[in-house]
Amino acid sequence: MKAKEFKVTWGMVVDLDKCTGCGACMTACQVENNIAPMVDASNKMRTLSWMLVYELSNKKSGAEAEVAYLPRPCMQCGNPACVPVCPVIATDKNEEGGIVSQIYPRCIGCRYCMAACPYHARYFNWEDPVFPKGMEKALSPSTSTRPRGVVEKCNFCHTRFMQAKDKARQEGGNPESLPDGAYMPACAEICPTGAISFGDVKNKEHKVFELAQGKDAFRLLEKLGLNPQVYYVSKREWVRKLGDNYAATGKPGAAKKHS
Amino acid sequence: MDRALFPEGLERCSFGKFVLWMGFISAFFLFGLYAMLLIFAKGIVVTGLDNYFGFGLWITFDLAVIALGAGAFFTGFLKYILKIDQLKNIINLTVIVGFICYSGAMLVLTMDIGQPIRAWFGYWHPNVHSMLTEVIFCITCYCLVLVIEFVPLILEQKQLNKIPFLHHLAHNMHVNMALFAGIGAFLSTFHQGSLGGMYGVLQGRPYAFREGFFIWPWTFFLFVLSAVGCGPIFTVLVATFMEKLTGRKLVDFKTKALMGKIAGTMLTVYIFFKILDTYAWANNYLPSVGMTFDQMFYGVIYGKWLMFTEIILCGLVPALMLITPSIRNNPTLLYTAGILDCIGVTLNRYLFTVQAIAIPVLPFDAWQTYAPNWAEWATSGMIVAYGFLVMSLSYRYLPVFPQEHSLNK
Repeated sequence: MKAKEFKVTWGMVVDLDKCTGCGACMTACQVENNIAPMVDASNKMRTLSWMLVYELSNKKSGAEAEVAYLPRPCMQCGNPACVPVCPVIATDKNEEGGIVSQIYPRCIGCRYCMAACPYHARYFNWEDPVFPKGMEKALSPSTSTRPRGVVEKCNFCHTRFMQAKDKARQEGGNPESLPDGAYMPACAEICPTGAISFGDVKNKEHKVFELAQGKDAFRLLEKLGLNPQVYYVSKREWVRKLGDNYAATGKPGAAKKHS
Repeated sequence: MDRALFPEGLERCSFGKFVLWMGFISAFFLFGLYAMLLIFAKGIVVTGLDNYFGFGLWITFDLAVIALGAGAFFTGFLKYILKIDQLKNIINLTVIVGFICYSGAMLVLTMDIGQPIRAWFGYWHPNVHSMLTEVIFCITCYCLVLVIEFVPLILEQKQLNKIPFLHHLAHNMHVNMALFAGIGAFLSTFHQGSLGGMYGVLQGRPYAFREGFFIWPWTFFLFVLSAVGCGPIFTVLVATFMEKLTGRKLVDFKTKALMGKIAGTMLTVYIFFKILDTYAWANNYLPSVGMTFDQMFYGVIYGKWLMFTEIILCGLVPALMLITPSIRNNPTLLYTAGILDCIGVTLNRYLFTVQAIAIPVLPFDAWQTYAPNWAEWATSGMIVAYGFLVMSLSYRYLPVFPQEHSLNK
């Protein structure tokens, strides 16, 4: 399937040199998107973490040891592996902005999209959400909860996108050309060190336009040709090198794209 | 007690013995049924699956039984379209095996999806770009074809056949069976292929991804070939197993050897292309995405031995055995080759299902392992038990084997 082009392409740029791994983005995501705390979350292979922070290591010891933290939302790939495989069009990439949608009432829970995603950005609802007593009063009113048996994932806080467009309409602005900062996912908003930037990566007036094109910017697994809309930045080469596989060539800079 | 229902002129074990046998099998069936009801009630949280291994034993089981059940469409194609008349001696069995495999696979799929009540969405909201959509359509349509092929055999039951309408209906369905064999061959080719295509299109999974021809990755063609390379010999193994259980000759060895020759020919074509495909994948594709052949394997559980067992011991070896007349015509060696062949194709399905998603693609990710739990085993066992029950009833009451009378004089 040919990748769709959008005039507006919402993207995220994460400065890994600024990320402290505090996990505030994960928490904000859980709250914003009404992700219920699990009764038993000891099995991390079954928890729901639309935004997940990985710890990276340069595998050195002593004074040379370094770590970095990598927040991983859904990559909202330009050429997503998950969308064409869904048998019931429960996930799609056809809205201006290029966010990969997930339609919970349509999903049959076959998990083919999960098998397709190399970033592990998709999660299955193993059980119905149960919110501790009193917490239901604190739920986000604009985000639906999901039942057992369907797949879910980060959607760049799509309800905030809708609200930003509504606000633009009310104020006489253009909802199809939101100014920088008008639409901000919860993770980007809460990040205490400002590591997460968000905006239209095709709009020169948005900060992310320049950040995504910087010499230290990279995307995860670019060689697979999935064309993610999430960029990472690091001045450290070992961190950049962990963004893709270089086993065959040994160094970054090999052919970027397969197909 | 039920002698009047036996096929014309054939002996069967006593009713008491049959009830005991059916009771023994039913115990496994009921245990699986309990697990199935638990899964429907509580969801697949009771299985060993997780967010890394969304696919596991069930998908492997489905793909394996669908491949092993390929004897139905391919033998039907050879018998009714290419007119290889000798296959009439085993064609009924291939239909029953196919029916059991496909209906069983469909039942497993309803358990496997997280929202079984929405299973019909596959028809209502089909995504024409998804290989799985094609699988859903073709498998269900082909299962209906298998029902149509199975019905005349049921109508030929001694007592039912005395009813003139049913007798004529069965006769007319037989007359038009070539049409259904043709439809079955068409549907099967596509869904066997699409099952392979399902993996071949996974551009995020280097173990499975393949380029190909037009919209079909090479795995599409490899899965079709491997299915027709094992389906016919699986039917022979089922026939032989039934002979051992019943103590009666059911199919002449000449027909079995012919089925072995058919499977062997297709398996040889398959394994030739499989080796080429694997070579190209390891030397061209993997380096292009920065990965190596060694990176695709891990420890013993996902070791290289699995791939070598699949391709060499259970692929190349049975292929050579089955295309060599002197080996094929020796019963023990024919069955040995058949068993290896079926293990190889099952292993292939397992590797594409589980190994493909166990591999960490992100450089900072780690290997994960998967082991099915009791609920997955019990429900898979239920399908096997269901197969035994259907086959036992069919053998006892239906004229499945046209040669049985003459072979047991």
